[in-house]
Amino acid sequence: MEAFVQLNGLVAPLDRANVDTDAIIPKQFLKSIKRSGFGPNAFDEWRYLDHGEPGMDNSKRPLNPDFVLNQTRYQGARILLTRENFGCGSSREHAPWALEDFGFKVVIASSFADIFFNNCFKNGMLPIVLSPEIVDSIFNQVDASVGYKLNVDLNAQTVTTPNGEVYPFEIDAVRKHNLLNGLDEIGLTMQQQDKIKVFEAQHKQAQPWLFN
Amino acid sequence: MVAKTLYDKLFDSHVVTEDNGTAMIYIDRHLVHEVTSPQAFEGLRLAGRKLWRISSIVATADHNTPTNGWDKGLSGIADPVSRLQIETLTENINEFGAKAYFPFMDSRQGIVHVVGPEQGATLPGMTVVCGDSHTSTHGAFGALAHGIGTSEVEHVMATQCLMQKKSKNMQVLVEGVLGKGVTAKDVALAIIAKTGTAGGTGYAIEFAGAAIRALSMEGRMTLCNMAIEAGARAGMVAVDDTTIEYVKGRPFSPKAEQWDAAVAYWKTLHSDDGAKFDTVVTLKAEEIQPQVTWGTSPEMVVGVDGKVPSLDLAKNEVQRADWERAYAYMDLKPNTPIDEINIDKVFIGSCTNSRIEDLRAAAAVAKGKHVAASVKLAMVVPGSGLVKAQAELEGLDKIFIAAGFEWREPGCSMCLAMNADRLEPGERCASTSNRNFEGRQGQGGRTHLVSPEMAAAAALAGHFVDIRQFV
Ligand code: SF4
Repeated sequence: MEAFVQLNGLVAPLDRANVDTDAIIPKQFLKSIKRSGFGPNAFDEWRYLDHGEPGMDNSKRPLNPDFVLNQTRYQGARILLTRENFGCGSSREHAPWALEDFGFKVVIASSFADIFFNNCFKNGMLPIVLSPEIVDSIFNQVDASVGYKLNVDLNAQTVTTPNGEVYPFEIDAVRKHNLLNGLDEIGLTMQQQDKIKVFEAQHKQAQPWLFN
Repeated sequence: MVAKTLYDKLFDSHVVTEDNGTAMIYIDRHLVHEVTSPQAFEGLRLAGRKLWRISSIVATADHNTPTNGWDKGLSGIADPVSRLQIETLTENINEFGAKAYFPFMDSRQGIVHVVGPEQGATLPGMTVVCGDSHTSTHGAFGALAHGIGTSEVEHVMATQCLMQKKSKNMQVLVEGVLGKGVTAKDVALAIIAKTGTAGGTGYAIEFAGAAIRALSMEGRMTLCNMAIEAGARAGMVAVDDTTIEYVKGRPFSPKAEQWDAAVAYWKTLHSDDGAKFDTVVTLKAEEIQPQVTWGTSPEMVVGVDGKVPSLDLAKNEVQRADWERAYAYMDLKPNTPIDEINIDKVFIGSCTNSRIEDLRAAAAVAKGKHVAASVKLAMVVPGSGLVKAQAELEGLDKIFIAAGFEWREPGCSMCLAMNADRLEPGERCASTSNRNFEGRQGQGGRTHLVSPEMAAAAALAGHFVDIRQFV
């Protein structure tokens, strides 16, 4: 996994609450057996005026000019700013894959759905929870200034605005460590396989029917 | 001894190690389907890894499988991308192995959350995971069950473990007796109306109280299935005689001398007296009405005798904006009475409501009547091949067909419209599934979530009606 340490990135505002995984990546694109290439179909139903299907040449499709991510000023955004309960719905990891492939490394929201939040970390992305008031204030700032960037520092656990306001955020210590170092979690767990084997043997003794 | 909740017991008994508040928990059952597994198998292959414990894996194809044209076999799957995904699952299982695999068209194939319990592959006390958020369904058995992403699918395949932070405990207490025509689905929606779709975030929910204990196992599955729509990864119900009765004699249930030992252990799977919950939500069963969602999130729901709410009822600016978008997407005006909403299609199916009791309830409403002329399609999609066979044994298929419903092969179908079953833009559907998000059942499609009885009644009337007039 790619490490995440620090990012100074353009912010794109998606001013909606409860953005669900069906909206982030519609189901017809989940038929792929690959892990990459979902970016052009991120927010497909909002982003294009026609109906998207796998295999289409997305560069030829009509864009929805009203959709925020299609506006010139947000091209190249690395940070997605959004509202409460972002990523609700399914467990599909295609959602963070699509956002990452689109170019986002950080998502800032006032709250996230559990599984989506968890899935982000597995893909070198950083979801950040800030209070609704701070999120609101950043929305206003983004709106007011073209080219608005935020500086995200994982080590210091801070988000810094262009005029120097610093917002601290919380992150679980283990997740922070793994993300900073880009560690392969499966590899880490494998290092503990002796403990897993001991547990498994005891578990089997206590509940043999689980191992039939 | 400290009084523990059911969740505490299930979690604590699976901790392999713990570090800094993050535990490594052991996984007993891993359910696998075609959509979220290919990248995980590929990851294993690339890293030269094997499955840690083949006997933990039960796999089936469900999301992409067609619900008609089975006589043509695999070549009947018109979409080559869907077909490839289904074939890839078979190849992966052939290469890596599984305890059981029910491929496309097997008589036991079906929605993974219907198949697991009916095979006895879901047992009380287990940790159950699947790359699908509705894995919460299996919590009905007093199991700790939740959805995981594909990276975690790979992690569990390779190590049999998952890194987890313990959730907080929430108890949802439903006391009293449900009224006639009020089902587990209505209880689930009424709970979400109260908590909101994010209310359960960070919690494991235990459903308790007299009304929950009175539910059948299938009703409990419907309820736990929807826990994720309340934001909770896991929902669960304590083990009682209903649970044990259901599990008994299923293909993968413990047999002979193991059975008694298992039952003795399972009977400890309930919250202790005095166990502490971080949050308790209480509902009165008598106050729960048949529910109908009006908007684009399960929390946008009212009783069938209600109306689409007006903006002045929104609790804040964010919700106002949400509701305004929902009115536009659903093409509904505030204050429209629910029973004046006309529908185009009806879908009875999904891991929420496609089990035999659901089909019996819908058939009882449809019997001897006919789908309204204004309804373009009413379809019944059994949750599994075994549910379908049982329904046919009972003659339910004949009742549905005579009433003008289509009787289909099992699968996820129009719950998420990955196969050919879908809504066309602007079509309005009464659906027994679990999500009414924009585009969920087809781009531009409008979904209203209801119970099977309510869906069947809506099919006959052409609009929503209060099922309590029928029962
Ligand atoms: S029936 Fe619907 S919710 Fe259930 S597993 Fe299938 S797609 Fe998911």
